[in-house]
Amino acid sequence: MIAILDIGMGNVKAFSDVYKKLNIPSVIVKQAEGLNNASKVILPGVGAFDHAMQRLEKSGMRQILDQMVLQRHVPVLGICVGMQMLAGSSEEGSLPGLGWIDGEVKRFNSLSTGHSLRVPHMGWNNIIPSNKHNDLLQGLDIDARFYFLHSYYFHCCRSEDVIAVTDYGEKFACAVNRGNVFGVQFHPEKSHQWGIRLLGNFAKS
Amino acid sequence: MGHSAPWKFCKVIKMLYPRIIPCLLIKDKGLVKTVNFKNPKYVGDPINAVRIFNEKEVDELIVLDIDATFKKREPDYNMIEHLAEECRMPLCYGGGVTTSDQVQRIVQLGVEKVAISSAAVENPNLVTEAAKCVGNQSVVVVLDVKINSMGDKCEIWTHNGLKNTGKFLPEFALHMERLGAGEIVINSIDNDGKMKGYDLALVEKIRGSISLPLTILGGAGSLHDIGQLINKYGAIGAAAGSLFVFKGVYRAVLINYPNRAEKDALIKKNYRTA
Repeated sequence: MIAILDIGMGNVKAFSDVYKKLNIPSVIVKQAEGLNNASKVILPGVGAFDHAMQRLEKSGMRQILDQMVLQRHVPVLGICVGMQMLAGSSEEGSLPGLGWIDGEVKRFNSLSTGHSLRVPHMGWNNIIPSNKHNDLLQGLDIDARFYFLHSYYFHCCRSEDVIAVTDYGEKFACAVNRGNVFGVQFHPEKSHQWGIRLLGNFAKS
Repeated sequence: MGHSAPWKFCKVIKMLYPRIIPCLLIKDKGLVKTVNFKNPKYVGDPINAVRIFNEKEVDELIVLDIDATFKKREPDYNMIEHLAEECRMPLCYGGGVTTSDQVQRIVQLGVEKVAISSAAVENPNLVTEAAKCVGNQSVVVVLDVKINSMGDKCEIWTHNGLKNTGKFLPEFALHMERLGAGEIVINSIDNDGKMKGYDLALVEKIRGSISLPLTILGGAGSLHDIGQLINKYGAIGAAAGSLFVFKGVYRAVLINYPNRAEKDALIKKNYRTA
């Protein structure tokens, strides 16, 4: 069973709709008890970094999540600010992140780009897999595109944790993976057929 | 070589795409379309329209409740929740939003972006407060604008185009950017429902003044009009109401949107990447 965490940060229903369509069992989880039967976890997010971390703490699920992800190696997929929460810290806030993948979240204008880019990065963009064999990206061809909505991006400490980049003036990590921990900066739940494919891949991974 | 994949021969866009966005207006729970912000014509059921737009894989959707601010009522959360549940594309909701608690509540219902309009004029700090809770990427400021009678200034109006705020473009848009907005939508009252093309002079006035994503609404009557906007401004938001709910000169109601091949062809023809 895939547990979709509902900490009041984004569209959890959109994920359960995708999984219903794919005939894959999923459940929206608001409390720690709901995680008992979870074989995989999705951490969605729309919002500001500190706000998201606070809501996760308040939900009472933080401890069991740490245990599931770090000790039992349950696969977890962070979405948008959910991906940024995997990092140790963010320029958007002052609270520490989950620290499940070594990295830091930075604001876009700290990219030293030559031309004037509009921030937030908003809209549809392609992804360029740097690790084509990664389970999460299987079957996503050259034309795959995803919906982005963010002003901050994940800067990974280890380049091998980056599984795809997106070009927005400079290339930034749009998908990361280390062990059982996955994150995508875009919104697969709102990215039509390509997003459905990616969420299906996560279910199978 | 000899057998390179076909895509290697054509230029694949590896950059942000322009956004082609249907904008739906809601009044008394029904879908309507106005002309110059007047004479709302009933064109159908909003949820039904969303379902059709789902099938057409639209880039984004804007839904504006044009009753809420006018009647001084709160956003209709039941309706918003229902809409968010149906939308398989990113959704921007606007109408009657006056506090950051409301913005947060709407995001929690599953909406990606919340539009603030008259409240941003009356209480600009709301933009900052909302951005603190939900992040600036989810705070959209919609500005309804009219060219003044002298024809030399672009005035911002609220309350369905009935109240002149005495604020002007592009200065006020820049003010909104500094306060933490994440996107500016410029809605031309003069061109609303006219389907005679976007006011490109208006876009020119504002485009260079702000560094936020910009979406233009009001006037699009054909895909050619959208192509023109993309041709001139690249990765811009091209929004339209009438174009995507009417078909033909008699304005028969028909929810429509270019299919992927049509959309890609339009972008490829007009979008010049850096």
